[in-house]
Formats: sequence, C-alpha cells, structure tokens
Amino acid sequence: MSKPSSPSLMPAAPAPPSDTAAAILFFGAFALLVMPTLDAFGTIDHFTLNLWGKYLCYALLALSVDLLWGGTGLLSLGQGLFFALGGYMHGMYLMRMIGDQGQYHKPIPDFLVFLGWTDLPAFWRPFESFSFAMLMVFLLPGLIAGIFGWLAFRSRIKGVYFSILTQALTYVGALIFFRNNTLMGGNNGFTDFKTALGFPLAEPATQRGLFIITAAVLLLVVVGLHWLRGTKFGLVQRAIRDGENRTLFSGYATPTFKLFLFVVAAMIAAIGGALYVPQVGIINPSDMTPDKSLEAIVWVAVGGRGTLAGPIIGAIAVNLLKSYATRAFPDLWLILLGGLFLLVVLFLPGGLISLPDKLRSLWAKLRRTPTPVA
Amino acid sequence: MGVKALHHTLLCILCLFAASARAETGREALARAILEPGDAEKRSRLLALAGTADEAVIPLLELWKKDALFIVPGPAGGPTPVELTGSVDAEGRRVAVRVDTGKPLLDATGQPVWLAAKGLKSAEHNGALRKAMRAVSDLADLASPDSARKLRAIGAVGQSQDAEKLPVLQKRLELEKDPAAIKALREAAALVRLNLPDRAQRLAAVRELDDLQSLASTDFLAKARAQAEAAKDAELVAAIRSAELAVGRHRTVVDGAGTLFRSLSLGSILLIVALGLAITFGQMGVINMAHGEMIAIGAYTTYVVQNLFTSGLALSPFGFSVSIPGLHATGGWKEAYFLFALPLSFLAAAGAGLLLERTVIRFLYRRPLESLLATWGVSLLLQQCLRLTFGANNVQVGSPTYLSGNWIIGDVLLGWNRVFVIGFAACIVLGVWLVLTRTSLGLLIRCVTQNRTMAACMGVRTERVNMLTFALGSGLAGLAGAFLSQIGNVGPSLGQSYIVDSFMVVVVGGVGNLVGTVISALGIGTFDQFTQQYAPAFANALAGVPFVGGFLQNLAQDSAVFGKILVLCVIILFLQWRPSGLFAARSRSLD
Repeated sequence: MSKPSSPSLMPAAPAPPSDTAAAILFFGAFALLVMPTLDAFGTIDHFTLNLWGKYLCYALLALSVDLLWGGTGLLSLGQGLFFALGGYMHGMYLMRMIGDQGQYHKPIPDFLVFLGWTDLPAFWRPFESFSFAMLMVFLLPGLIAGIFGWLAFRSRIKGVYFSILTQALTYVGALIFFRNNTLMGGNNGFTDFKTALGFPLAEPATQRGLFIITAAVLLLVVVGLHWLRGTKFGLVQRAIRDGENRTLFSGYATPTFKLFLFVVAAMIAAIGGALYVPQVGIINPSDMTPDKSLEAIVWVAVGGRGTLAGPIIGAIAVNLLKSYATRAFPDLWLILLGGLFLLVVLFLPGGLISLPDKLRSLWAKLRRTPTPVA
Repeated sequence: MGVKALHHTLLCILCLFAASARAETGREALARAILEPGDAEKRSRLLALAGTADEAVIPLLELWKKDALFIVPGPAGGPTPVELTGSVDAEGRRVAVRVDTGKPLLDATGQPVWLAAKGLKSAEHNGALRKAMRAVSDLADLASPDSARKLRAIGAVGQSQDAEKLPVLQKRLELEKDPAAIKALREAAALVRLNLPDRAQRLAAVRELDDLQSLASTDFLAKARAQAEAAKDAELVAAIRSAELAVGRHRTVVDGAGTLFRSLSLGSILLIVALGLAITFGQMGVINMAHGEMIAIGAYTTYVVQNLFTSGLALSPFGFSVSIPGLHATGGWKEAYFLFALPLSFLAAAGAGLLLERTVIRFLYRRPLESLLATWGVSLLLQQCLRLTFGANNVQVGSPTYLSGNWIIGDVLLGWNRVFVIGFAACIVLGVWLVLTRTSLGLLIRCVTQNRTMAACMGVRTERVNMLTFALGSGLAGLAGAFLSQIGNVGPSLGQSYIVDSFMVVVVGGVGNLVGTVISALGIGTFDQFTQQYAPAFANALAGVPFVGGFLQNLAQDSAVFGKILVLCVIILFLQWRPSGLFAARSRSLD
C-alpha cells in the first residue's frame, strides 16, 4: 500500500484487568459444573446442553481468530479451514467406528460403497486408532498453517493481502473437499456417527461428557492464552500488532513469532472442530467456505477483540441470536447479521465487552453536564 | 455383388444420369422411378437421387415405404403416382397430390381429385428398394442447405468408411461450392478410400489425409498402419507414419491455439470483474468485499431492462407487490435492449457504490481491515435484499441471438460469445484508460493514488475524489454484471463465484497500475487454462512424490479444481518474489 498508515491500527490493548482471571474462573466453573449438573437433573433439556456445547466449540474458533486478529493484527479469513480440518480428522475416526452398521452394512463407510470401493483406501486405515486421529487433528492443520504461514510471513505478506490469501486458502480447501473423488464424503461430508471410544453418541450421558470435555478444553485454552499474554512473548506479540516494523528493527524476528502464533491458532481452531463433530453429528465442506470463516470474525468483532472473554461472549451471543432468528424470521437473518456486523465495526469497535465502559463514560458525561430542567 | 463391382455400376449410373439429373427435379425423378417396370431400373433411378439437393424427396420416400404412395390414372390417361394429403372428408377421401409436381391432381374439369386410400393401387417396393431408399435418405443431409448439418453428415459418412457411399461423395465434390464442405468431403472421401482393398487407393488416401492434416483420421490411420504393418507393406507404413506425424503436429497447434483462445477469454472475464476492484483498492487501499454484489446489481439491472423491453416485470420486495408494464418490443428493438442496459447497469452500481462510500467506507479509511469487514457486512445485506426482491432462484437473461454461433478458423473453434468477451474487455480497458489519462477526474485519481497527502496540500479535495473513484469502481462492477448476464445465469450470489478470483487478480497485479491488472488477469487466465489442459500429465509426473503423489494424481482428475489449486500455489510463490504484486507503487514510507 502506498500511503503510510498510522502506527497504531488497533486500539491499544487494555492491560488485562485483574478481575479477568476471576471472570474466567467463574465462567469456567459455570460451564464445567453447573450446566451439566442441571442437565443431569433435567432442569435444562439435552437439546439446550448440546446447543451450548456447539457454542463452546465455536468459542474455540473465535479464540483462534482473536489470537491472530485482536492479538497480533493478522486478520485471517481462513480459520474455518482449520476448524473443519480438525473436524474431518476426528470425523474419519468416528466414521470407522460405525463399522458395518451403515446403510449398506459393509465394513467401509457408506459413501465409499456408493463410489464403488470395496476396500478401504490406504490413507483411511490408520484412522481406526483414536490416538492417531487425535494426532492428526493437530498435525494436519498445523502442517498446512506452517507451510502457508512460512511462505506468507517470510515474504512479509500482511494486512489485506494476508486476509485475501487466507480466504483463497479456505476456498480452495472447500473446493477440494466438495469433490467426491477426494474420498472424504464429498458434498455430504461425514454423518450418522454411532460411537466414540465405545460410548454411544446418542446417549445424553455421552453428550454431557463431551460438553464437560469441551468446557474443560476451552478453559484450558483460555488459561493458556491468558498466561501467554503475561509473558515476554505476549509483549512481543502486542508489539507486532502495534508496530511490526519497529519490532523487527528492534531485533525480533517477527516472521517467526507470527508463524508460531499462526500454527497455534490453527491448532486451537482444529480442537474446536474436533469437539464440534461428535456433538453436532455432521461435518461437511460448507464449513470450509469463506463465509463460515467470516462469520467467526463477526463473533469476535461483536464480542470484542483483543480480549479473552470477548470472543467467547461474541460466539455465544451471535449464535444464540442466529438460533433464534433463523427460526423466527429466516428471511431476515442475513440482513440482521450483516447489519449487526456493520454497526459493530462502525460504532462499537471494542465490541460488546466494551459496552459497560462506554455506558459508564456516557453516564459520567451526562452527570457532569446536567440537562437544564425545563 | 462385390463392393468393387457395385462401385462400378453406381459410377456408370451416375454418369448416365449426370446429364439428365440436372434437368429433372427430384420429384420427377422419383415419379419416374416409381413407374419403372423393373426392380433393377427402379433401384438405379432411386440411387441416382442420392446426394441431390432436393429435400422434398425424403418424406415421399417414407410414404412409399409405408405404402402411402398410390398409382392412379392421370389426366392424360397414363399412370400417375400420387400421395393423399389434407383432412379426411365424410367419405374417407383426401386430396390427391402428384408426386412429380407436388401439385394436386386435377380431373378433366380442372377440379382437384379426392380419393380414398382403400382400393387404390399402392406403389410397390421390396427389400432391395427399401435399402436403396434408406441410402438416399441417409445421404440427403450431404446436400442440406444448413451448412452445420451438412458438415456433420459428411463427417459421419467419413467415419462410417462405407465404400458404397464413395460415389456420392465424389459427386457432391463436383457440385459443392462451399470451401469448408469441400475440405470435409475430401477428408471423408479419403477416409472411405483408406478402407478400400485396392492398395493404390489406400496409398492415395493416406497422402490426401497427410495433405489435409485431418484431425478426424487419427484412429483410422492407426488402424490402417496396423494392417499395413501386418502386411509388411513398408511404403504404405512410411506414408501412414508421415500422415500421422502431420496430423499430430496439426493437433498440437490446434489444441494450443484453442487453449490460448480460451485463456484469453477467461482472462478477459477476470479482467472485467477485477478492474473496478483494482481501481478502488489502488486508490484507497479498500478491498471491497461487496464488489460481488455490485456485479449482481449490474446483472439484475440488465434483467430488469430486458423485461421492460418485453413483457414487463412483477416483483414483490419485502412483501410489497410492484408490477411494471413492459414495452413489448420486438425484432431489432428487443435485441437492442442490451445497449440500454449497459449504461443503466453502470449507473445503478455506481449509485450503490456512492451510497456505500458515503455511509460506511469514508469512516474507515484509516482502518483497511475494518473496511474489508464492513463491506462484507454490506455484501450480506445486499445479497439478501436481492434475494428478497428477485427471488432466491436464478433468473434468465436471454442473450442476443448474435452471441450464439461459432467461427472456425483452420480447425480452431472460436465461440462467438468468447469473442464477445474479449472484445468487451478490450473496450472497457480502453475506456478506463481514457478516463484515467484523458479526463480531469483521471488526473485527480492518479495523483491521489500516488501521494494522497501531497495531493491534498495542492488543494485536491481527496474526499471527493475518493467518492468518485469508488463510484467509478462500482460502476465498472455493474458493467461486469451486465456482461456476465450474457454468458451465464443471474442469481443473488452471482458475484460470489468471481470474488475470490478477482481478489487474486488484484493481489498479483499490484496497485495503482492498469497494466498490472491486465497482465495479471490474462496471466491467471492463461495459467488456469493451460494447467487444466496439462493437469493429467503434470500429476503423473508428480505421482512418484512420497505421501502426496497419489493424492495429487487423484486431484488432477478434476482439472478445474486442480487448476484453481495450482493458481493459488503459484500466486503464493509469486508473492515470495514480488510481495506487493507486479507493479508496486514506489514509496519511501514505511508503516
């Protein structure tokens, strides 16, 4: 870009308030203990718990977006790719666990039977093993992020260029997975899962367990990211966001930092995807389309970027709204989403999480200049 | 009867008839054939009809086969063949029409004769005659006035390698004037001769095919070579080898030219779609994610204009019913709607762009990432509004008739719509170039692009220039939409299918230079098409690579997807070499 932009593109990050940790712990305890207990006693129905499990997976994706965008100033429009890849890797294991209980009662997944296969393709074989599948959940997205990030960061692709290229990356990913010949289920993806590690997925108890695992992973990630921000690494990360060239000239190899963050973010998204699949029961290439990744950006923008709680709040709030709006007025949902996003970007760059502060300062202003009494 | 003997008889018959056949019409010849007493004469007269240009004969042959031609006493007393046509009257009679003239049979008083089929003597036929009739009707297309049909028919005869049809081909070769048909006839005749037992004929045929560089002959030459090799005929084998080489060379040239042409047309589409985006991005650093919807607005404007010219339009946006009456134009006016649609598409999209700039983008100039996101929000909004107004399904925009058709230049097929694409792109680029270099707005746009601060110091109202640039960029998207409506369907997500590609064009082309965008669009188009063509070969070369080789080979089965993946890979690698595109704006500033 030709013109110099101001050094601080982002609003300066507020130092993590001391009560953040408490909020995290409170939220964690709520998700980890209270909701499953309520579910077990039948106070909230299984559907609701399942829905919230999905939101927590989305929260992981939102955190991965924010680690890059709010934290490092890298707007990746392709995090959905890593989310979906994580989902697919776990999905391959779950597909193998269906065994011969599919429609065709063959020992290979139904869509392969449909495509005329009689034996399992070689790359499917190791996915019998749960630990291999989990390894791949991290490895494959990490590898793709690593190669792409290495190429992108070493040639100093950043800003809008980086966004567009990540968008193209997930677009190409979707194109590949939409093909039937990729042997990953094509259009329909994977569905009709039966068991995971021997637990039947249809059982409420299994779903409850999955919810607890998801909440625990989310808590772990939040704590980890919170810790990272406090370290010197976190300081460099913020410095890169606020003035990359200055950081570079101060002797920090910013490409390496960014590469590390990109890979970590991809892996966080991938765990989210891996937990998403058994709870939602389906994964298909539409999760890789650029629009899905952009939706995740909306969550972060609405919640408040550059914070830890913001993306989580955003993911949950926007998806609650979506669940409601797509049922109440299906035609207007996209208008609502677009409008909401537009308003947040224009008028509330700090997101929902900055709302109390804004209101407080507005309140203070009003108090200081009392309106003349008529 | 041996093939050769038959061939000779046919030739003799043809010679006999060469003089008289031109004098009498097909109908007369047919009538005479029906009246011939002997079957052999009937048959030979029938066969003489093959390849003549008289189309009226074919349905009559069908009638003959179905016993629906009758021999009745004519006005002069002699037997006259007739068919019965028209509606049936109360006594089951219909009008008798003479086979030889196609006019009603008249009685002594000059009134048309009405006859009932029952009790009449129908024209006789037997197996041999029916076979001859089939030969005639099969070959009728060889003389069809429709040239595409004629070429297809000639090609089919060549592919059949049927020796019986050779005389007809040679006869047509004498009569034919159209050079394309003559070439096709020579090719077909050579293919037929390639299958003859006579070695001299075969050798001549091979030489002819060599001379013609006939693409259709590949398989036949290979077969003939196998036979010649089996017969240890060295001279023939050598001749066939040489012909095969010539054909192969020609095929490489034709395929290459075809791919190049397709590349050019794909590149032109990319160029048209990306041009507006490149201008706004270059000038303001704003990636307009709603660019795709500007394209859709242009396309829908074309749709509306088209309907206004014809039957009108009924829409129900957001539950309101709007009905606009149409002009019911016909003929030239109906075809000319596109000329009106073009400026209107530009204006509609430019207006939308202006509104977008004033209400959203101008608040986000210092935050490029946010402007990207905000425009995505706008894109969702617009897409849904279009969907609610025009329906979620694609609408049909009829393309003018002059866009369907082909040019064939030396075996290379040039579709008219692709030629149109290229011409349209050239016009738009020229127009934009003129605006940028020959108008004051262009001057302002260029100077703000080069150095915004300095331009502002000189008194340029950069805000206003931004606004106009954005309107111009959006208007160009509208033109792209009007154009895309001519080559495909129009739907609410029309722009989405092009948006990623047009981003790529902008990224590779760099900012602030029209030439960069042109080169980048054409380059990406060319690369895409050539990878699609050579994808299988490329993938086979990669098959040996550990882990990913098999996957790549599998992927290359879908050459379109494979092309896109390779394009992305090459773009990422290209950016290693030139991180800010082909033409980076030089600047000492560092952000």
